[in-house]
This record gives sequence, structure tokens and C-alpha cells, in this order.
Amino acid sequence: MPAEPILEVRDLTRHFVLRRSVLGRPMHVVRAVDGVSLAIRAGTTFALVGESGSGKSTLGRCILRLDRPTSGTVRFSGRDVFAARGAELGQFRRDVQTIFQDPFASLNPRRRIGDAIADGPAIHGQMAKADIRDLVLQLLLRVGLRADHADRYPHEFSGGQRQRIAIARALALSPRFIVADEAVSSLDVSVRAQILNLLADIQAERGLSFLFISHDLGVVRHIADDVAIMQAGKIVEHGPADRIFASPEHPYTQALLRAVPRADPARRRRARTSAEAPGV
Amino acid sequence: MTGGGECLLTVRNLVTTFDTPAGRVRAVDGVDLDLRPGEVVCLVGESGSGKSVLGLSLLRLIDPPGRVSCDTLRFDGHELVSLPESEMERLRGREIAMIFQEPLSALNPSRRVGDQIAEVLRVHALASRAEAMDRAVEWLGQVGIEDPKARARSYSHQLSGGQRQRVTIAIAGICNPKLIIADEPTTALDVTVQAQVLDLLMDMQLRMRSALLFITHDLGVVAEIADRVVVLYAGQVVEEAEVRDLYARPAHPYTIGLLASVPDVEKPRQPGVPMPAIAGSMPNPLELDAGCRFRNRCDDAHDRCIQAPPMIDLQDGHRVRCWLHAG
Repeated sequence: MPAEPILEVRDLTRHFVLRRSVLGRPMHVVRAVDGVSLAIRAGTTFALVGESGSGKSTLGRCILRLDRPTSGTVRFSGRDVFAARGAELGQFRRDVQTIFQDPFASLNPRRRIGDAIADGPAIHGQMAKADIRDLVLQLLLRVGLRADHADRYPHEFSGGQRQRIAIARALALSPRFIVADEAVSSLDVSVRAQILNLLADIQAERGLSFLFISHDLGVVRHIADDVAIMQAGKIVEHGPADRIFASPEHPYTQALLRAVPRADPARRRRARTSAEAPGV
Repeated sequence: MTGGGECLLTVRNLVTTFDTPAGRVRAVDGVDLDLRPGEVVCLVGESGSGKSVLGLSLLRLIDPPGRVSCDTLRFDGHELVSLPESEMERLRGREIAMIFQEPLSALNPSRRVGDQIAEVLRVHALASRAEAMDRAVEWLGQVGIEDPKARARSYSHQLSGGQRQRVTIAIAGICNPKLIIADEPTTALDVTVQAQVLDLLMDMQLRMRSALLFITHDLGVVAEIADRVVVLYAGQVVEEAEVRDLYARPAHPYTIGLLASVPDVEKPRQPGVPMPAIAGSMPNPLELDAGCRFRNRCDDAHDRCIQAPPMIDLQDGHRVRCWLHAG
């Protein structure tokens, strides 16, 4: 695997001013992201783990250039994301795509999904209409849907299918980097595994890099090469996934791992079995 | 399954239907369920399995156009199906309590949380106004809220997600109910908070000797708390067993697939090895027939699966609805 980072975040902070004094001085500031640095190697999956309010989604939005950091830099392929203008910005917008948690919220309910998938190529204007149509059909098949699905509307699909649509849409511009923010969190267990396998296959085929933002440590263990644990705006521990899971060093990482329920009743933390239960 | 007089709750052939413009949906379709006093039963299912509708049906909280019918719905000597609504209201909150997934929508945003806890005692005429408030403050302390006296004057938006769920647990527990139905009570919580809230719920359940019907999709949580597990698929019970038995010897192909799909946080990653998954998705509830509802996703499906699969008793109360075990 190449050691060259495709994405590099340096000393990034994003502060939200909730209240200002009469003189306009910030009085109440939330440090959503507070001095974060990380590097994501090309072709790998980097998992950003944290609980609600840890700042992981805000960091994801800054990386996507959907939000501006208060300070710090984001470099994609060695170039400053926030300095990009014109053609360079257009290239960044093609190279970096996103998949959100709730595909129902990110798909327009009144547009056919074929048109939704075609949006990117149409807007970036480098393909003929007929080619776009072919691409949409190819993508639908690739994510496990059918060609005739192109003419249907989002409500006609299940949660897992909608996430497949979101993946097809993200792939339409042949990106190099995908930010997946809790992309499988609202899916049922049996469907979640299908989608994770699809993401892994696509990554292997295209050499994609992933930033996988998640609170689910079981899923992260299964897919991540590297892991960063975020708490209150800071990364408290990061490293190769196997090292973090096998020997977590930070107390917060240890607490998080301890709190994950294990799917094994023989090892439950609460020493209560049906034999001890009253009335049984 | 164990029958007999020791059961706190006995359900036979419960069916909940909804009439929609597209046709009738049988959200719950012929469920049998038994709960003994003090027992923790987890009702496991994915979206669309009917698990939440089943929980609401037990409390007769299904509104038209939904309809509940059953052969038996007996709770602690009462036949709930024929019980007048006024009697049912007496049971709700007092004998049978419910805890929901979203405490923010379960709590009234315009009333102080202390008042909402005390209200349960007042509605059931179990305490005077002053006594009820004292008990509410006491319960806030018991569910682990610091400075309960001051917190009783808070509104729900001033509390964290975990604190809100603690408040709804206080509301559920204050009448010392014989049965608590909890529908995904920890799903919206962070994993560290979930662990605390589960501890609290299990301590309370054990102390009060309430039976707990815990509705969830999370097989990790089930392994942590259940005595017995009932697996629901497309409105039907497909498997039921004592918790260790179910995890050690799952019998239904759906249960086997479900258990295999849970990523193990302790298992190192194997690059290139796909995760076990169940292909396809749950059938359209409008297009169900008599046959096995899992057959389109099942690797072991066979010609006979188009006929209704029988419920087979394996041993020690382990039951499975599958032709594979029909011999």
C-alpha cells in the first residue's frame, strides 16, 4: 500500500460562536473540532469513531468543504482544499463524494432515481446525454439494482436499496475519495452486511479511499485500516485498526470498547442467567 | 413453550391488521407468547418484522384502521381482549408500563419532568399531590439523576438523551408494574450511555421482580440481558429459545444468518473476506402467502417451503418454524 496520504488534515478547528457580548466579542463558544490532524493513505479506509457531539460529522463536513474551518488546513492530493478555485475546485468536487446516513433525506422524492444518479455527470457537463444514460444503467447494475429501477421514485425502494442508490450516485463521477457519514447506521443487520460488502468490493475495484464516520465499533473493526477515536472535538487516539482494537491505550477508547455489547450470552457483563431469575 | 398458571402474560394467535388503500397488511400474524413473572424476554426483529406493533397490541394501543384480534390475551388473570377500556386504563402505567425509543417524544416538552413522574401516581390515585412529588424526586434519584430535587423542575429539553430515558424509566417504574414493555429503549443512545441505561433497567427489573418484554433489533443487547428470546420475521415468530441455547444452537436459517451478520468487535479484520450477509430483503407485507416468509432469502429453501411451515418443538422450550426440522 502506498504511504502517500490522499487526504491530510492539519490542526483543524471549527468553533461555533453561540453568543456574543454587546461589543461583539464571543462569549459562548463550542469547540466542535478542536485541533485535529490526520492523514488518510490512498486506497485505504480510515474510520473516524465517536459518540454524538464528538465533532466527527463537523470534521467530515469541513473535509468535504461543506463547512469552513475556523483554522487549520485540509489538503487533498497535496492541494489546499479551501484555496481551490475554478477548474481545480470542480476537480475536487468530482474527486470527493459523500454518502450520508439517511438516503431518503438525501434523495429528492419527486425525481426518478435515474435522474438523481445522472445529476453529477450532467452538472459537470463532460458527457453526452446518451453516455450518461449508459453510465446510470451500468451503475445501477453494479450496486445490485436493475436497469428498470432508473424510472422509479425513492419511496419505491427499501432502506438498503436506497443506500445502494446513494452509492451509485456517489460513484457517478468516478471519485477517488468517499466520505461515508454513518452510511450503514440506519440499516437492518442483515442488509447492513450486504452494503458493507458492496463498499468493500467497489473499493477493491476502483482503488477508492474512504473516510468512514461511525459510532459502531463492530462495523469499524470489520472495515477499517486505520482508526481515530474522537471525543469532545479532539482525537484522543489513532492508529492501525488492529492495534487500536487489540490494545487500546486511551481510557476513553477502552471505555468505548468495554461498553459494546458482545453477541455472546456466555460472556455477559451482568451475571444474571435465567437460572437466577426470579419466578423461573 | 411452557404453559400453565405460572404465566403472567399469555398470548395466543394474536393478529394485528391494517387496512390500507393497497390492501390488508397483517403486521402481526398469529403470534403466541408467554411471559413468566420476573422474566426477561427479548423480542428480536428487523424493521417490518412487526415487533413494535406487537408491543402496542399487547397494551391495546393500536388505533383504527389497525385492528387486533386474538384467541387469548391474558395478563395476570385479566382477559385483556374483553376488558372495558376504563379497566384497561387502570392497568396501563400501573400494572403494565411502557418505555419507548425516543424519550423526547415520550415526554411532554411543556411540563416539568418531576410533574410528569408524579402524574402517574396521581392518575391512578395512589398518592396525594405532595406525596406524589416526594416519590417522583425519590425516583429521579433512584434512576441515577444527580440533584433530583432541582432536576425535577427541569424540562425535557434541558436534559441529555440518557437523562431523558432515565426519566421515562422512572415514569415506568414508579407504580411498581408487573410487566414492563420496552421498545428499543437504548437504540438512540450512545454506546457508553446505553450500557448505563441497561444497567439501570436491569437493576430495577430485578429489584421490583417485574417481567420485562424488551423489543430490539440489537443481538448484542439481547445477549446481555435476555432470559429467553423470541425471533420475529415478517409478523411471525420463527424461533424461540432460552438465550444461551439460541446463540449456541440457532435453528432457523434466518436466526443463523442474523447471528452471523453481527460484526464481532473482537475479531480481527480479514481483508478480502466478505461479511456474512442475508441476501434480499423482507417480503412486501401485501404479497404474503401461506408459505415460509423467509424462503426467498433462504439457502436451504425447498419445494415444500411454499406450504406453511409448522412450528416444531425441539427441546427445553426451543421452538422453530421451519420445514428443515420437520423430519
